[in-house]
Amino acid sequence: MNALQMIVCMKVVPRPEEVKVDPVKHTLDRANVRSVINPPDMNALELALSLKDQHGGNITILSMGPPFVEPYLRLAMMLGADRACLLSDMAFAGSDTLATTYALAKGIEKIGAYDLVLCGEESSDGATAQVPAGLAEWLDSSQITFALDLEYLPEKQEIQARRELRGGWEKVLSTLPAVVSVRGGINQPRFLDYHRKTWAFEEAPLEVWNAAEIGADLDLLGFSGSGTTVEGVREMPHRERRREFLHGSPAEIARQLATHLRPHL
Amino acid sequence: MTSGICVYLEHESGKLESVSLELLGQARALADASGERLTGLILGANTAPLAAEAARYNLDEILCVEHPALEPYTTDASTQAAHRALMKYTPNILLLGATPNGRDLAGRLAVRLRTGLTADCTGLEIQSTDQGSILLCEVTGFGGGISATITCKTRRPQMATVRPGVFLPPQAGAPGPKTCSTRLEISIHPESLRTQVLERHFHLAGDLTRAKRLVIGGRGVQGEFELLEKLARALDAEIGATRVAVDHGWISKEAMIGQTGYVTRPRLAVACGVSGALQFMVGIQNAEVVVAINNDPEAPIFEQADLCITEDLFQILPSLIEEVTQP
Repeated sequence: MNALQMIVCMKVVPRPEEVKVDPVKHTLDRANVRSVINPPDMNALELALSLKDQHGGNITILSMGPPFVEPYLRLAMMLGADRACLLSDMAFAGSDTLATTYALAKGIEKIGAYDLVLCGEESSDGATAQVPAGLAEWLDSSQITFALDLEYLPEKQEIQARRELRGGWEKVLSTLPAVVSVRGGINQPRFLDYHRKTWAFEEAPLEVWNAAEIGADLDLLGFSGSGTTVEGVREMPHRERRREFLHGSPAEIARQLATHLRPHL
Repeated sequence: MTSGICVYLEHESGKLESVSLELLGQARALADASGERLTGLILGANTAPLAAEAARYNLDEILCVEHPALEPYTTDASTQAAHRALMKYTPNILLLGATPNGRDLAGRLAVRLRTGLTADCTGLEIQSTDQGSILLCEVTGFGGGISATITCKTRRPQMATVRPGVFLPPQAGAPGPKTCSTRLEISIHPESLRTQVLERHFHLAGDLTRAKRLVIGGRGVQGEFELLEKLARALDAEIGATRVAVDHGWISKEAMIGQTGYVTRPRLAVACGVSGALQFMVGIQNAEVVVAINNDPEAPIFEQADLCITEDLFQILPSLIEEVTQP
């Protein structure tokens, strides 16, 4: 029986509360914004680590982004991943989900045979939740989106997962290989393993691949490979509210508030 | 040449999903503004009753793909069926609800069609151009603080998913005898289906997108949701919560409001112990009246509330419950 070959897709995203719109250029001002591993991707990694604890196997981290994300991938290896691959090339810039999923699929092709690709349900910056399903289509692989848990059935070489529905959930059985997107918060990511620190930051294999190295067709990347165009970005106008402050003792405030509320009951 | 607006009519337990009806209302307005035809697409095992329900919503055509493998929903069967229908009918625009299954299908289908998909839209408009009708999709990002307009100019269909609760559902009309209903036969090979649904569970949670009044608890509630429930009963309101309250396990995820939870449009939202992070505020920005009770006068929620109370909620709520329950 083969050990589980797992790939965890990870995105390094700006902290949402620190991003502003440049009022003149109408572009996102990401300068001086700190980054973080997209939180649901940490849940996907934790799921992979617990499957590895239980069944053995190995975990490759796959990410796409500029070289500054490398230390984040090393953190993932400190947590227990075995290897990391970063797709980094100006040719990827401007990719929407169509082009991004193509590039990730080409990266996975280069990584080699896999049983499971695990992703966070969505990224906190793009929030499209469309990457896992698109990736599964490029890979011609089975998919389970919005998974709440996952069990590996080694004797059948299948997986079983609960996935979210609107107002409920369902239990799904899937063949392997499969792409699974993991709901944020389904598990508690483990602490960093300091015994792995030296290895993760000095020895662990971290490969950086450009578009040519993954054999990607340049026409399918970046703006030319994207189906969508961002026409403009703006900061959301806040709806003007009355901002009327109520004063007095708690009892007086409660009385005033009740008077204000009655027409809305 | 592609033409027409197609709405994917998702259904569950023999009923059309509310988000599908909301889409039909907005899609009718877009179709009228651009002169496009409006088609509903139903994939299922027994589509006739669903088509009859859909016919009450002023569609030009209903396209049904019927096969036993299409219920319950699985990615492989529905992607095959939708792809077949779309290759035959080539709509200019395809709209889906941003439900778990709507997103599961849309993400896969967009790549199979090699087209552009705008996910989780909070607004849709249409523009007539030399290249035909172009869909202008509004999306919010970064916790709702930023919005962008996204188009898909050169590939077809132009695909978008729309989050539940964004558009008002249209009034159902009389059954539409003029609505033409077309059935498309397909074959689905069992070996092409890689997943199998073993069991399904639904809980009877209220749909907060429809709530008229909401009492919402945040960090400041410190787990005392019983007090909020008392207020909710007194106001005939539903209970909502911020992500912090859900993450603390004080209340179920079904109550979560905001960017990753429900986007609501109540007449009244009473936010208790809620700081007012952008990710949360997007969920109540369409409320008619927002009341904020928070003992931190610096809380950002006071910038976006109609009635502001900078007091301890545990002091205010018991008196308020008493006041509103008095005859």
